Amino acid sequence: MAEVYVKNELSYKAKKTIFHILVYAFLILITISVLIPFYWMLLTSVKTQVMIEQVPPLLFLKPADWEINNYKLLFEVVQSGPRRGQPLFPFFTYMKNTILVSVITTVGTTITTILAAYAFARLRFKGSNLVFVILIATMMIPGEIFILTNFLTVYRLGWYDVFNQTYWDAVLAMTIPFMTSVFYMFYLRQTFKQIPNELYFAAKVDGTTDFQYLWKIMVPVAMPTIVTIIILNSMGAWNAYIWPNMIATRDEYRLVSNGLRGAFTDSSTGRTDFGQQMASAVLVTVPLLILFFVFRKQIMRGVSRSGIKG
Amino acid sequence: METKNNWRAWLYLAPMLILMAVFTFYPLFNAFIISFYKDYQPLLNQRAPGMTLDNYSIVVNNYFFKQALKNTFTLAFISVPISIVLSLFIAVALNSIPRLKAFFQTIFFLPYVTNGIAVGMAFAVIFHRNYGLFNQFLSWFGVAPVDWIGSTATWGKQMTALMIFTIWDSLAFKILVFASGLTNIDKQYYDAARIDSASKWTIFKRITVPLLSPLILYISITSMIGALKAYNSIIALFGESLGGRPRDMITIVAFVYQYRADYANIGFYSYAAAGAIILFMITLAFTGLQTIVSRKRVHY
Repeated sequence: MAEVYVKNELSYKAKKTIFHILVYAFLILITISVLIPFYWMLLTSVKTQVMIEQVPPLLFLKPADWEINNYKLLFEVVQSGPRRGQPLFPFFTYMKNTILVSVITTVGTTITTILAAYAFARLRFKGSNLVFVILIATMMIPGEIFILTNFLTVYRLGWYDVFNQTYWDAVLAMTIPFMTSVFYMFYLRQTFKQIPNELYFAAKVDGTTDFQYLWKIMVPVAMPTIVTIIILNSMGAWNAYIWPNMIATRDEYRLVSNGLRGAFTDSSTGRTDFGQQMASAVLVTVPLLILFFVFRKQIMRGVSRSGIKG
Repeated sequence: METKNNWRAWLYLAPMLILMAVFTFYPLFNAFIISFYKDYQPLLNQRAPGMTLDNYSIVVNNYFFKQALKNTFTLAFISVPISIVLSLFIAVALNSIPRLKAFFQTIFFLPYVTNGIAVGMAFAVIFHRNYGLFNQFLSWFGVAPVDWIGSTATWGKQMTALMIFTIWDSLAFKILVFASGLTNIDKQYYDAARIDSASKWTIFKRITVPLLSPLILYISITSMIGALKAYNSIIALFGESLGGRPRDMITIVAFVYQYRADYANIGFYSYAAAGAIILFMITLAFTGLQTIVSRKRVHY
């Protein structure tokens, strides 16, 4: 009896070990698939053109053989084309624009979000449910529909002028339309609602106004959520492609995503300089990855919440 | 007192509502109206009097729009189910390991926090016919070099490459959401199943999937909407030409943007609007359909 027991125990353990090995193997396989594009981007960016065109491709390169010339060339001023007088890849200009647009949009979004979330979480007013449902419903609408009219609106506001667009016109056009987010409002409202009512009534008794209560009590208590919103929202400008591409009339006004594609293809020969292209891709990818590793917890928590709400 | 509070609440809502009125609600209605305009020239604000349905019939009969519908649907119908099933398996695998869970989870999340255009360009290098990594990988299995995204690539090859990139790009979000959904499932269900010595597959089918079903529904609706709007991934992989040969991989959104960009041509803006409205209707239809179908299958 005892023997049988031990035997079963062993086979159970063996089974479990085999299962774990299989699961880890599967996860490692996925890890490799996830990392390969990053690896290939980095590897290609430090290869010379000759190495890139080698067949079969070089799968590994000793750090001693790394060619940083691709990176150097990106910062060299070009004499012709749309970027005349600018570096081949004006990384710092794009970065400056992206950070500026990101900061302005995020400040605006955070303010409108906090105020609206407060109204829906704490204040009672007629029609609040109806307005709330209508706002939530807009999340289901593909944003592409808005772009057609928004482009005309921005044009009529004087922010899109092919010949005379100023830098601030472009910045306004890239920020003002994106200063609201129904999703973040919804997310923050949930957090606000968890703050006990007693706190509110106690503050009322002390003569605190609604507005003071919001900034002195609710915002500090909900700070983790607000920080998550700020981080997620700032990342948006990094990936914005369509709108900035549409609105910026000059290369100096564009954001990082826009500058990447097409810039490294020789129009006469049709050949693409993959080394330089990948070097610029690395430059754009690294700041985001750094931001991610610094704020990993907030970002992952915020994103996972966004899925849970449904 | 009641009315005072009323007034104040609207004041708090005002910044958001005013901005949304200008940049969300007005554009939504205006897109409908533009789609019925005759000979519209948006920047001059000129058009022929009256309304017409012609824009819709022109768009529906346009060769590139048909191509766009075909591409968009193929991409959405194949990539969404594959990425949902795959990310569900990955999330379950993550949930079953004793160690390194946070490590794997962080790595799997990386595609979400990278610039889509930058990574898409890396994929374009990987899919290169002559010196790409993907063909090299296939050659280990004796497959001859294939043109995936170049000018001689067939429709199927381009779609396959686009599909691989799309799935790679969309897994991160789903894995994270499913994994955190799994941690919320009560352990008692699994303990009970273990006492009944249910197999792992049975547990997955009978416990995990049903308990996650509200989340699966939500994710399938949102990722379906996302897939129907595909555009950035095509720019990333193929560039502004939208394909190995121009416009091979055009999508509905790409169609809308192309006609929008040609606003100087009379009436083109209305074609773009008609295309956008059709996309809106398709999205609504799918959201409705998914909700109805799942009403029977989702356990809340």
